[in-house]
Amino acid sequence: MIDEKLIRKEFPMLSNPPLMQGHPLVWLDNASTTLKPQCVLDAVSSYYISRTSNSHRGDYDLCYSMDVETELTRKAVSKLINCSPNEVVFTSGTTDSLNRLAQSLQYSLKKGDEIIISLSEHASNVLPWFQIAKHTGAVIKYVELQKDGLITLENLRKTLSKRTKIVSLAQVGNVLGQIQPIKELVAETHKFGAIFIVDGAQSVPHMPVDVKDLDCDFLCFSGHKICGPTGIGVLYGKYKLLEDLELNSVGGGMNDKFYLDGTIKPSKAPAKFEAGTQNLEGILGLRAAIEFIMKIGLENIAEHEHKLKKYAVERIKELGNSVIYNADVKSGIVTFNINDVFAQDAATYLNSKGIACRSGQHCAKLLNDFIGTPATIRASFYFYTTKEDIDKLVDAVSHGKEFLDAYF
Amino acid sequence: MPTFELTPSMMREIIMDHYQNPRHKEKPSQDGYKTLHASSTNCIDDFDLFVKEENGVIKDALWDGVACTISTASTDILCDLVINEDSSKALYIIDQYLKMIGEQPYDESVLDEALVFVNTSKQAARIHCATMGWTTLKEIIEQDEDHHGGH
Ligand SMILES: Cc1ncc(COP(=O)(O)O)c(C=O)c1O
Repeated sequence: MIDEKLIRKEFPMLSNPPLMQGHPLVWLDNASTTLKPQCVLDAVSSYYISRTSNSHRGDYDLCYSMDVETELTRKAVSKLINCSPNEVVFTSGTTDSLNRLAQSLQYSLKKGDEIIISLSEHASNVLPWFQIAKHTGAVIKYVELQKDGLITLENLRKTLSKRTKIVSLAQVGNVLGQIQPIKELVAETHKFGAIFIVDGAQSVPHMPVDVKDLDCDFLCFSGHKICGPTGIGVLYGKYKLLEDLELNSVGGGMNDKFYLDGTIKPSKAPAKFEAGTQNLEGILGLRAAIEFIMKIGLENIAEHEHKLKKYAVERIKELGNSVIYNADVKSGIVTFNINDVFAQDAATYLNSKGIACRSGQHCAKLLNDFIGTPATIRASFYFYTTKEDIDKLVDAVSHGKEFLDAYF
Repeated sequence: MPTFELTPSMMREIIMDHYQNPRHKEKPSQDGYKTLHASSTNCIDDFDLFVKEENGVIKDALWDGVACTISTASTDILCDLVINEDSSKALYIIDQYLKMIGEQPYDESVLDEALVFVNTSKQAARIHCATMGWTTLKEIIEQDEDHHGGH
């Protein structure tokens, strides 16, 4: 059980909420980013107050201790997703992780090889593959989705072939919040000798994710969606694969030696993927965030969000003026529209009541063609979301027809 | 130009009327239109604007696509205002409108129904919705002037 009232005291944005349009902020855009607890702010500012130095170049104590801190964060990540610390590469976020992975993997692709994604992927898990397909002649294939956005084993099987080299799918969709049966999908993919990449941006912060159990080859997530700072993220890879993976970004800190004839002798993974000065404040902040989250417990977080989701769905349904697109999905995302009100107008109206929700295509432009509406409103919850937050949302939705009030 | 004070309820009615029954929301059925696409990463709005100019006069203005209430109504009213105006007058009207949205002094005598958007800055996130059609039309006209050697 989560005591969200107590937890909220730790978040400056919740205990002393900024005003939005004259109302204390109601934060229901957690799929976009999350609020930060004081311990994360303290960890970030400690870098500037008492720990400033670079890592990798430890001739003196401060620097040495930054190296130690970096490894401690790797360890925290490894506990969160159940891997070894040396399987954790720091990046600037999910988008960066996926781009770098695509950059590295392009060297192993030949014309006619296949990359499988789905129509519900975030742009970050679509465009990097488009780019490398353009350069290599590889082909993008889309695995068929069910109406609820789920991918069945059957449908994946139909899409896989001997030419499949990469399958890259989100564990939790950012529009419908559907939770894919990743473990089975991975097993099927491996039968074809392809690698499986998990976009964990919406799953790692909200539910237990165990990469060993899933047996996925790579997994990406962002620090800022798990109460950490922006500009820090993770690329997990099975160690053997990281060892064999081509370099994607080169410079200081990632090589043991280089020679004037152009040969680079890269450091061992994960260091070989971490060129240049790292986001050290972010690395400190990410550890604080992960420790905070793990103390609350990911099972508890998932349960809390699902409970709120059910409550929100019930209450919105009672109003009778809205369509919900993902009523049965077991994550903390509610995607809906108020009848006869364009999503963007509804979101503006919610803004006028101090409620932060997202309207739009949520970067999954392709999916909206599939669910048959150009736009939706998305309310997304986290462990600090309360029933009162949802009551405020429902109250505003009940007056949705008056959306032009936002301007008068 | 409205000869009476616009009340908030009249303003709402005008916005809703242009949203529900846009006058100029269609693709051109003949040739001779110049077109530009209007879209933004900040919102859903995504439409094309079509303009027909003859001898420096805007003979017709149309638009078509996906748009919220504010961009639908503002673009539709824009079309109303510029049809049968010469392009320099159209540019003047657009500039006055952009000044109004930007909360700078402006000449309200040329804005007619477009005055209903005077409060847009209350919802900062919608400012680009209220101006997308307008800046796009400005771009079309200015492109055209450059093309002809302009001034
Ligand atoms: C499923 C999914 N993938 C990728 C991303 C991109 O994350 P970031 O912007 O942190 O790189 C997001 C963010 O919204 C997401 O929801």
